[in-house]
Amino acid sequence: MSQTALAPSFDGNIPIAPRPTATVGRVEISDVTKSYGTNTVLRDVSLTIAPGEVVALIGPSGSGKSTLLRTINHLETVDRGSITLDGQYIGYEERGGKLHELREAEILRRRTQFGLVFQNFNLFPHLTAIENVVEAPVALKRLTKPEARELAKALLARVGLADKVDHYPRQLSGGQQQRVAIARALALSPKVLLFDEPTSALDPELVGEVLDVIRGLARDGTTLIVVTHEIGFAREVADRVVFLDGGEIVEQGTPIQVLRSPKQQRTRDFLAKVL
Amino acid sequence: MSATSAQLKQQNATSPGTTGPGATGPDRYRGEIEHGLKVVPVKHWGRWVLSAVVAFVILQFLWSLASNEKWQWDVFAEYFFAPSVLNSLVLTLQLTVISGVIGFALGAVLAVFRLSKSPLLNAAAWWYIWFFRSVPLVVQILVWYNLGYLYPTLGLGTPFTTDFWLAEFPTTTLISAFAAATIGLSLHQAAYSAEIIRAGILSVDQGQVEAAASLGLPRRIRFFRITLPQAARAIVPNAFNEIIGLVKGTSVVFIVALPELFYTVQVIYNRNQRVIPLLLVAVVWYAIITTVLSVAQYYVERRYARGAVRELPPTPIQRARQWVSEQWSRLGDNPSQGGGADAAAHATTPSTPAGAGDRAPGEGEPAHERATSAAPGVTVAKRAAAASVADAAGACDAADAAGPTAALTTTAQRRNGGTR
Repeated sequence: MSQTALAPSFDGNIPIAPRPTATVGRVEISDVTKSYGTNTVLRDVSLTIAPGEVVALIGPSGSGKSTLLRTINHLETVDRGSITLDGQYIGYEERGGKLHELREAEILRRRTQFGLVFQNFNLFPHLTAIENVVEAPVALKRLTKPEARELAKALLARVGLADKVDHYPRQLSGGQQQRVAIARALALSPKVLLFDEPTSALDPELVGEVLDVIRGLARDGTTLIVVTHEIGFAREVADRVVFLDGGEIVEQGTPIQVLRSPKQQRTRDFLAKVL
Repeated sequence: MSATSAQLKQQNATSPGTTGPGATGPDRYRGEIEHGLKVVPVKHWGRWVLSAVVAFVILQFLWSLASNEKWQWDVFAEYFFAPSVLNSLVLTLQLTVISGVIGFALGAVLAVFRLSKSPLLNAAAWWYIWFFRSVPLVVQILVWYNLGYLYPTLGLGTPFTTDFWLAEFPTTTLISAFAAATIGLSLHQAAYSAEIIRAGILSVDQGQVEAAASLGLPRRIRFFRITLPQAARAIVPNAFNEIIGLVKGTSVVFIVALPELFYTVQVIYNRNQRVIPLLLVAVVWYAIITTVLSVAQYYVERRYARGAVRELPPTPIQRARQWVSEQWSRLGDNPSQGGGADAAAHATTPSTPAGAGDRAPGEGEPAHERATSAAPGVTVAKRAAAASVADAAGACDAADAAGPTAALTTTAQRRNGGTR
């Protein structure tokens, strides 16, 4: 099934077309530990993502990949360790050798540098497609309402939904909903886009249309961090594949290294199951 | 061709395009069977018998209302618009509106307290709700009315002392009968509406709040723009229940001799002994208020259903108009009226936009339509006529600008509702 994402002529040797060099969107995760009660979901995870890089996080369910993604934009707090975007903490400020928790307004402001796309879309069902996209830029007073509508129309056209502007989410297919969600995440022009299993809730024949949009974003040079089960897609689009298991990074490298010739037994076991 | 088969044909021609996959249901089978054997629907004898019994009971009751002079409708009519009754009605409405507004506002605050992470706020709200749901409303109103026994004066002064006062008033002048009633009703109402609002907020998916937070929306906007509109769908039916309950709940304030509707009719019938007609005056007025509120509820619910269902069902008004236009077009389907050629000529004129729109673009059932080109021609022409009649009557709103197209769309959906 995952093979459907691959272009037929793809031989696996050329990573992707060269992208415009990005200068912002560098994410540094250092020694992050997170537990829910006695259950440790992340164990000393360190990962640096360069501006414009496309990173695929793969691993069995419960390996902590979604949690890691949500700690990056501070939707989840960490117990230990730190995460920065372009050298800036998201939820804290360093003063006198200590990390001081920021006020919520400031956290929210910094969080808008990330766009997050959820597994189950989480579109606002009482708002139409365009209203979903317009909501944040207007509420945060970044744009006036007419400006935001123009932007929203352009974004919806970019994800191929120019004709669905005034539809409510329930009137759209899963793939269309997820593309609206991507447009919504793009409305604040984030430096980094986070995808939390963007195609897991979709029927197989709808997966392709969403992956096409993500592929386009990768080409534009946005930093992308994608939690995914689509191994074929990871191989095609990602610059780097990171394999997590049991809250730890087991192995990482180029798609060819990790997916063709994994060094670790745990990676081999996982790939044997999903491929 | 019989009238029935023409009718079937019309349904077939109009329904599939508007419903997509749903149309592969019974309609299609009906169409196929039509060429072969006649379908005889099953007869529901039990339903007929019960309907007859119920009809009899209703008629008997209506007859007794009209024939039994002891209902004294003349007395009812005499007092229904009496100034004292109308004044008391205003007071009832005032009590309802004021305590409804305060009750729901306070209830919203309590609901937010109950959902707060602060244990103190949470517990305080819990105890408030416990207390005001435990104490009977009548008792509460009486206590407020008689507060002077506990605290002869009320005022502002130094906290926790009783010796220094900035300002001080006698309790009996501060808390009138109206104030006691309003305070009692509001506090009582707040306890119930708090739970209703809390239930509504809880019914909203946590992912919605997360999505809003990931977009950097501040807490206030998250609540008022994202959570509350979705919670409203669960809140509105219960809230209207409460408001309707409150309208009649105001009748308990007769206990503090406040001349609201129920108290007033009591005063009148104690004077003239016409108990039943005067109680009926109150009942009918309460029923009128409830009717207005019920209609309001229907439209408010519809508003908050936007996005929650794929297509909103038609309103009763839309349904009535659709029925009229259907009957009109059915009239035209009857071949015994003749004029087939005339109608066909009409159908070919390009000045029937409604008829053209009727063939749902792209998704029609052309094979069937082609096979019976003459009969649908009549249908189309008549339907266009129905549209212009409706237009002329000024009954069409923007949504129905497409005339019978919109109306028939909804019929087809209703018909196919069961197959989804």
